[in-house]
Amino acid sequence: MVAELGHFCLWLALALAVLQSTLPVYGYVSGKPWLQAVARPAALLQWLFLSIALLTLAWAFYSHDFTISYVAGHSNSQLPLGYRISAIWGGHEGSLLLWVWILSLWGLMVSLLRGRVPTDVHALVLAVMGMIGIGFLLFMLLTSNPFDRNLPWFPLDGADLNPLLQDPGLIIHPPMLYTGYVGFSVAFAFAIAGLIAGRLDPAWARWARPWTTVAWAFLSLGIALGSWWAYYELGWGGWWFWDPVENASLMPWLCGTALIHSLAVTEKRGLFRAWTVLLALMAFSLCLLGTFLVRSGILTSVHSFANDPARGAFVLTFLAIVVGGSLTLFALRAPVLRHRAGFEWLSRDSFLLGNNLLLLTATFVVLMGTLFPLIGEALDIKISVRSPYFNAFFVPLTLVLMLLLVPGMFSNWKKQDGKALLKRLLWLAPVSVVAGAALVAFSDGEMPFVGVLAVIMVVYVILAQLSDWLQKALAFRVGLLRGAGRLTRAYHGMLLGHIGLAVIVAGVTQVSFREVERDLRMVPGDVIEVAGYQFAFSEVVERAGPNFDAIRAIVPVTENGRDIVTLTPEKRTYRVSGQVMTEAALHSNFFRDLYVALGEPIDQAEQAWAVRIYYKPGIGWLWIGSLLLGIGGFLAASDRRYRSKSSEQADAIA
Amino acid sequence: MPSRNGWWMFLPLVAFIGLAVLLATQLGRNTEELPTALAGKPLPTMQLPSLMRTGSEVSNDFFIGHWTLLNVWATWCPTCYVEHPYLMQLAEQGVRIVGLNYKDDAGKAREYLAKYGNPFVEVPADESGRYGIDLGVYGAPETFVINPEGEVVLRYVGELNDRSWQQRFAPVWQKEAE
Repeated sequence: MVAELGHFCLWLALALAVLQSTLPVYGYVSGKPWLQAVARPAALLQWLFLSIALLTLAWAFYSHDFTISYVAGHSNSQLPLGYRISAIWGGHEGSLLLWVWILSLWGLMVSLLRGRVPTDVHALVLAVMGMIGIGFLLFMLLTSNPFDRNLPWFPLDGADLNPLLQDPGLIIHPPMLYTGYVGFSVAFAFAIAGLIAGRLDPAWARWARPWTTVAWAFLSLGIALGSWWAYYELGWGGWWFWDPVENASLMPWLCGTALIHSLAVTEKRGLFRAWTVLLALMAFSLCLLGTFLVRSGILTSVHSFANDPARGAFVLTFLAIVVGGSLTLFALRAPVLRHRAGFEWLSRDSFLLGNNLLLLTATFVVLMGTLFPLIGEALDIKISVRSPYFNAFFVPLTLVLMLLLVPGMFSNWKKQDGKALLKRLLWLAPVSVVAGAALVAFSDGEMPFVGVLAVIMVVYVILAQLSDWLQKALAFRVGLLRGAGRLTRAYHGMLLGHIGLAVIVAGVTQVSFREVERDLRMVPGDVIEVAGYQFAFSEVVERAGPNFDAIRAIVPVTENGRDIVTLTPEKRTYRVSGQVMTEAALHSNFFRDLYVALGEPIDQAEQAWAVRIYYKPGIGWLWIGSLLLGIGGFLAASDRRYRSKSSEQADAIA
Repeated sequence: MPSRNGWWMFLPLVAFIGLAVLLATQLGRNTEELPTALAGKPLPTMQLPSLMRTGSEVSNDFFIGHWTLLNVWATWCPTCYVEHPYLMQLAEQGVRIVGLNYKDDAGKAREYLAKYGNPFVEVPADESGRYGIDLGVYGAPETFVINPEGEVVLRYVGELNDRSWQQRFAPVWQKEAE
């Protein structure tokens, strides 16, 4: 019965989504405010029913209801409780339910936090979100219903959750990532509402900005969690594989990063209106494209869901309607976007334009890299696109982006005096070069020229943030701390974001150029030295987990006689599916990770094993940097001016 | 930002239409009836020890001349227990079934067949799972239809029961009679 309740709630939510998307639009066109008012309660109820549906599925997993196909396919009576809950989004149908539920959660937040958005625009925003909801609810109900029963022949026990997904990182990675993905639907909805209402002025940018920034922050965290998971769970020691699904999440992130910068220009200067709207449409379109690529099965990836052309056809049609429709609207409403205001070539405006072009180029590079195999297939040639292609573009793009970031921050809007800018850069540039080169020279290990360049850029960006902060805080002439207190949260968020970028680049540089990787054959008693650490392969033992049997190696690690840690990598055989998984063991500190993974048994009699040992300097900085991006985003979005009334008046004066 | 003529505003739409067409053609490729790379191709070279007749091998020749179901099963697979009675029923109706014992222990597998009955005319044992890789098996159970020329005609992932038989297998199987 419970499954039927969940199924019924999905239909109710669909009905509400239809109301939410049609009545307010009709009310807007015919000028009937009471019809527009339907949007808010509809969004609230939609969230309520989808929450019930989600809880229903959770209950089905909790109570081992194997009559439900989805539960039977993704759970097992031996599966621990935590993973039974995360199994809700362990497969296609359930993750779709999570997607829709998060969409409704964003809808709920938008409906509750109207702020100063005029009622008619607000109703239109909710209506657009309702339309997206219709698409995804129909997708779920018609092609991928998580509540489908397996009657009358239901299995006695479930097929178990894919062991790759039985991991704490996977409990939170999808919700974070989807919150980011789906969050861009709010920016999208604001863009469409703005196009319809013909309001794409600085006030519009201010309404859309905090939503976009929060979505971007979630997406940053979600991508980082995915990378972290791949790093320690897949057992290859890599953290980014340019896999189509990773690319699918990176594209909206790059486009979204461009969007949060171009929204700043639109808000402060009223410029780049068409550009900003286009970016908002593109960011969400890329999210939809990512969904399509993952769920249609047309690209192969470690993440792909079941290959199902019917689902692919549905998402593609939906994509065509949403993206094609919005881009048509964009082209037709072009006159609304016309705005005349100039800026000098040397100004923050033009630096931000440069930022946007670089980020869009990067998006395009990833898009091409992801679609090459498809284009190749269409032309009947086999092309394999691997990391050299991406690195060839990403390294220079990132370095140039960092180079331009600093003068951009230092410049005024509209017009910047060249001499004053040069004066600020004149001390920063040589200091960064010297400090960067010194860091490379005095730390262990070789570094090619491009690595040195990257370290210099990192120093340069971080110093620029600190000096700018000092200068601005001291300019109030009330002391450093009180001065810093007067600086806005948005400003601090920006600084954290930029520092986060620099920290990530620093981590990538170290791990790319200075990691040590050894593939070894070891028998109990062997000791090997890697990067100054002695790894002893002392013994191999057996252990039984809740739903798997494991072979565990005991590897004590010492550094010149001092005990560091005892690492215990495992090889797990999951009982139900018979899948064998490598569970790597890690020891992390601020500077480096030690990483041991157990490969295949080579010789049973001798107990010889293939063992992979990595020394990974700076890998932790990737996660620290990503965390800074996220915190920066949340801080910026909580800025007072998005809440207080005074900024509206400031607009009137400007 | 040029905005005087407005024609450039249509560029994103045009670019998207190009992309959508590309994606649609690729989707078309995948809408084939048979979601396996082996469709219409001969069964991968099989040379596996027989579980029941110790010492003898099962090869591709075994499939020539008859319509055969190749069922991938294992004792560690719960769904296999569920579909087993249906396999027995099919065998009674005269359907020729070969059971590929996948990544399993030979002793447990023999015990299983002794306990629940043996619907298979032959049981090749793929203990290492090597042959499963050649077949492109996701897991167990999976069932393939092999024609008298020894070619793969259909692949079905999941439980074989009356419903899936009527929907997926029966249309293919009936060709045999014609």
